[in-house]
Amino acid sequence: MIRFDNVSKSYPKQNRAALREVSLEVERGEFVFLVGSSGSGKSTFLRLVLREERTNHGRVHVLGKDLARLSNWKVPQLRRQLGTVFQDFRLLPNKTVGENVAFALEVIGKPRGQIRKTVPEVLDLVGLGGKDDRMPSELSGGEQQRVAIARAFVNRPMLLLADEPTGNLDPQTSVGIMKLLDRINRTGTTVLMATHDQQIVDQMRKRVIELEAGRLVRDQSRGVYGYQH
Amino acid sequence: MRGQFVLSEIGVGLRRNLTMTFAVIVSVALSLALLGGSLLARDQVNEMKGYWYDKVQVSIFLCNENDEGLSGNCGKGAVTEQQKKQIKSDLNELGIVDKVYYESAEEAYKHYKEEFKDSPVVDSLTPDQMQESYRVKLTDPTKFNVISSAFSDRPGVQQVQDQKDLLENLFNLLNGMNVAALCVMALMLVVALLLIVNTVRVSAFSRRRETGIMRLVGASGFYIQLPFILEAAIAGLIGAGFACFLLVGGKYFLIDNWLQDKIPLINFIGWEAVVKVLPLILAVGVLMPAIAAFFALRKYLKV
Repeated sequence: MIRFDNVSKSYPKQNRAALREVSLEVERGEFVFLVGSSGSGKSTFLRLVLREERTNHGRVHVLGKDLARLSNWKVPQLRRQLGTVFQDFRLLPNKTVGENVAFALEVIGKPRGQIRKTVPEVLDLVGLGGKDDRMPSELSGGEQQRVAIARAFVNRPMLLLADEPTGNLDPQTSVGIMKLLDRINRTGTTVLMATHDQQIVDQMRKRVIELEAGRLVRDQSRGVYGYQH
Repeated sequence: MRGQFVLSEIGVGLRRNLTMTFAVIVSVALSLALLGGSLLARDQVNEMKGYWYDKVQVSIFLCNENDEGLSGNCGKGAVTEQQKKQIKSDLNELGIVDKVYYESAEEAYKHYKEEFKDSPVVDSLTPDQMQESYRVKLTDPTKFNVISSAFSDRPGVQQVQDQKDLLENLFNLLNGMNVAALCVMALMLVVALLLIVNTVRVSAFSRRRETGIMRLVGASGFYIQLPFILEAAIAGLIGAGFACFLLVGGKYFLIDNWLQDKIPLINFIGWEAVVKVLPLILAVGVLMPAIAAFFALRKYLKV
């Protein structure tokens, strides 16, 4: 699903490399936490998978494709098979919940009939059935994140990337979001989630990958957030 | 791809930047009106040059029978065959003469009719009022004086005319105005392009949330850029429409209803010349902003 071979990435005008010689593999259907302090390279990792950035050294394979050899105009095709969720939800404030989810299908040219059918289905799946016509501002943070997850999942991606999806939510709401992500994982979608949330990682007991100053320092199946020092 | 979606995006974009869009429309309209004006001025020059202008430097007009009794060379009536032969052979002997054309009164009438086909002046003329002439092409165009001094006092020659002298000053003036118009046009064009680039930048910034999501869910680059490019193209099309309006108005009010009455002897450009320019104006008006927007997007919109 994802394979990093000896990947290094540094940004221009920055002395320190964001990622150094990272090698790892994520299999189909896995649920993986990506942990580490701020600036440890989590976001860079996700940006490389999305091909928002390219590596300086090493190779990144996503869904069996070598991203270094993927031409620019084929990148949208890759992203259609990835779902992405962020800490700040990134919903369009002037569109309703249903329109926000439909937007993801409209802009990749899906036929109207299919959109009308799938949008309510996926809203049901995330637990927002019947809230199609609400505006995002009328919803709680947890509900907004559910809309974002619905938008990421509506295209049935192979891989769901989540960048601190519970970062703006209280613990109880976070648990709900995690249950939802777990459910999505059980449908066969691989989930890669970058997080700071120790409680959640400890509870879920999934594979944990830890980055520190750009290096891979831990890769543990059924792991916890961090060693107690 | 869904047309309705793209159209609504464009509508929102144009309204959001109403002042900027207005500025783009005005500058595109002015620059294209100037472009069209200078193209038409060039047509006007060609229209006035007539049949012989670019072919010869000197015209030797011969006496017509109607000139009989007048003072000057032609008092004795029409030129004789022998005089004509003499003139022709003398011309051919001169080293500076490249080529000599003979224009009969019939031909002169025909050329005149072609040149002034839209003018009422033509109807009052008959072929026998026209003059026969020799049209002389020189190897060195500046040597008009040699021909003039050799032939102007000959019997049978009514007048030796420097072909360039007559219209040269007028054409210089027109060309000067044309160059000036093109310079102003180029400046306006630069202004228009800068405005378009800026409009696109503002537009891309105010819509960065949408475009960011589009990128994330895998919308193609073309689909993301299309609303911006069409926005610029539509503003340009409206501007080009105004430019066409100005040209048609200029032809109708300035030429047809004013200059034509004041200066009936000049043959002005007809409607077909104006109509020919309009599609060009519209095409430039659509393509230029679209291309400018495309290049601006490469800088201001990550795809």
